[in-house]
Amino acid sequence: MTKSDLVEVLGSKLKHLPIKEVEVVVNTVFDKMTSALAEGGRVEIRGFGSFEVRTREPRQGRNPKSGASVYVGTRKVPFFKVGKELKERVNTNGRGVSAP
Amino acid sequence: MTKADIVESIYEKIGFSKKESAEIVELVFDTIKETLEKGQKIKISGFGNFVVRHKRPRIGRNPQTGQSIEISERSVLTFRPSQILKQALNK
Repeated sequence: MTKSDLVEVLGSKLKHLPIKEVEVVVNTVFDKMTSALAEGGRVEIRGFGSFEVRTREPRQGRNPKSGASVYVGTRKVPFFKVGKELKERVNTNGRGVSAP
Repeated sequence: MTKADIVESIYEKIGFSKKESAEIVELVFDTIKETLEKGQKIKISGFGNFVVRHKRPRIGRNPQTGQSIEISERSVLTFRPSQILKQALNK
């Protein structure tokens, strides 16, 4: 399901709203989360999960094509930790059966 | 940042009531959760993909006792951030 599919599904649940507005809502949700992370903050959505920024140490990497050694500086990467509720829901309704 | 901050920005940006803003934000996450629960993935361009991955059972070890135990078959959710999100963090 892509973002536009999500907008459509939400639109069918919110018939009183113009689809354009639903689209603005969805974009705002993700834009807001992106800017919070860009500022180095943590995003916590109860029942869903949390996002945080982790720092990767600088390292000596290699260009896999040419084999040339390249320096990779400190990088920040987003990290998502699934919330308990969603973790269980994904597991019990997928093919996996018992929760740990 | 929490859901309340997202609700606040919806309220400011679109002018829905606080209550309506809260309900809509809740509905956004509920819909995403329902989709993932069915094992389907969610692709948000510019943000990232949420993918349900199936794990086969495997033999694990209790690191404290060294005892072997079977780790059951399971489905887990993974998030793959988009290039755009990764770039936004490194500006």
